[in-house]
Amino acid sequence: MAERRFEIGRIPGFATVAVATFVMLYLPIATLVAFSFNEGNSIAVWEGLSLHWYREAWDNQAVKDATARSLIIAVCAAVISTTVATMAALGTTRRAKFRGETFIYVAINQPLMVPEIVTAVALMIFFGMIKVATGYQGLGYLILAHSAFCIPFAYLPIRARLEGMDLSLEAAASDLYATPWKTFRHVTLPLLGPGILAGAMLAFVISLDDVIITEFVKSGGQDTLPTYMLGQLRRTMTPEVNAISTALLALTVMLLTAFFLLTRKRD
Amino acid sequence: MASRAEERMQRQSARNGWLLSLPALGLLLIAALGPLLIIFVYSVLTPGQYGNVVWEFSWDGWVSILFTRDIFDGTLGLADAHLTIFWRSVSLSLMTTLATFALGFPTAWFIATRPPRQRGLWLFLITIPFWTNLLIRTFAINEVIRQEGVLNTFLLWTGVIERPLSIIYTDTAVLIGMAYVYLPLMVLPLFAAIDRFDMRLLEAGYDLYASRWQVLRRVILPIVKPGIVAGSILVFVPSLGAYVTPRVLGGGKNMMIGNFIELQFLAGRNWPLGAALSVTLLLIVTAALLIYVRAANRGSNPHG
Repeated sequence: MAERRFEIGRIPGFATVAVATFVMLYLPIATLVAFSFNEGNSIAVWEGLSLHWYREAWDNQAVKDATARSLIIAVCAAVISTTVATMAALGTTRRAKFRGETFIYVAINQPLMVPEIVTAVALMIFFGMIKVATGYQGLGYLILAHSAFCIPFAYLPIRARLEGMDLSLEAAASDLYATPWKTFRHVTLPLLGPGILAGAMLAFVISLDDVIITEFVKSGGQDTLPTYMLGQLRRTMTPEVNAISTALLALTVMLLTAFFLLTRKRD
Repeated sequence: MASRAEERMQRQSARNGWLLSLPALGLLLIAALGPLLIIFVYSVLTPGQYGNVVWEFSWDGWVSILFTRDIFDGTLGLADAHLTIFWRSVSLSLMTTLATFALGFPTAWFIATRPPRQRGLWLFLITIPFWTNLLIRTFAINEVIRQEGVLNTFLLWTGVIERPLSIIYTDTAVLIGMAYVYLPLMVLPLFAAIDRFDMRLLEAGYDLYASRWQVLRRVILPIVKPGIVAGSILVFVPSLGAYVTPRVLGGGKNMMIGNFIELQFLAGRNWPLGAALSVTLLLIVTAALLIYVRAANRGSNPHG
């Protein structure tokens, strides 16, 4: 049966286009990674294998600072957005549909819908006012902005996990005289764990990758890795950018693999 | 009829739902939704001399989206430069949508018709670029198509061309780049639609002597249409608001709306115009998303 279904679905030329598409999708990334190991300072002419540019990036104070900043922001944003997203997911699933639920759902997913450049400009104006009024110029603005746009990315996997969860275990716990808090702490939360972890990882990746909002919200000298890379465009690009990209890429792929293992359905 | 106790429980449940959602809503209000309102206000203020705004009401921001005032006699004329940018944004976004569909449909079909065990792997291969930093992917395509990039080096080496192709910093470069970075957004919804497609319909079609082309046009495409609409919107919307890709591959000259908005703010030229442009972009995107929601609802209802 499977064999036949497979045959009937064949449309001439589709497989060729598909394979070509996969090649086109990965060839540029492969090139980028390959040239990060280039000995010379070109991103187009191969001059031999070396880790030269990784050392270069590692020794570059600006890169070190940007990395630290990126990680601080991403960790804070992931923790904050996952916490509020978990609460919101608990509030909007597994209860009778209530008035305003759709509004909450749309509001939470709003960062997915509004073009990033519009949010970026809006935040630049708004935080600009606060910066003038309070004199505070720190990383707080970036953390706040990142936490907000990471919420839907944390919310959706947690919600998906909650919707697939069996209510009878919690019912059993309350039948055994567990308080609501105890039920939550010892039954719901452990069951929800993988969903929360998955949401946090997505939020982390999204925060780490952000360019536009960061570019507009950051104060002077607050480059993150992506905005540092964008800034390099004005100079002659060296494989140092490739080395940073490759490192980020490796981190993303690792987190994504973990994400897929966590959310995989066990049939 | 619900008893009074049940009613009370329901009310309490709704209250808890709101309470639990409150921190998320508050955060979004401060750092996402609320500031958007400021944009609306700023679009009807007067530009300040050194950027920012003067708090005086004026429609000039909106008017100057399409018109410029002659500096000598003050008459209004169409702003050709602005129209060029809008036209470029819309046409490039449409072409990006078409290009991603042309490549994405066969790809999604290919994935959906793999044996179930392989399918996950192929899908994962689409998802990795989807979650990879957009800037990194734009840099990657930049290294391929730039003047002394991999493509030119390869073509020169094989002798296909004698002089390097000048793709970078043209509209074509922006188009290639956007098609490259947004392709996964087309493939994923198309796959979701094709995956639900009942392959027995193909057998029925072929049994009734339909050609492959007729089956594709009259059976497959109408049924997976919600997926096509979803993919098209998911590609069109970010293309229209694109900022990074045109900045890296268009080289400042080939601006799109996103870069044009930035120009109004960062070069400190005309904040109300920038705000009015942002609102316009927001409205277009909202309209596109409403079409998407309607199509998606139709997709989930098999009798619709």
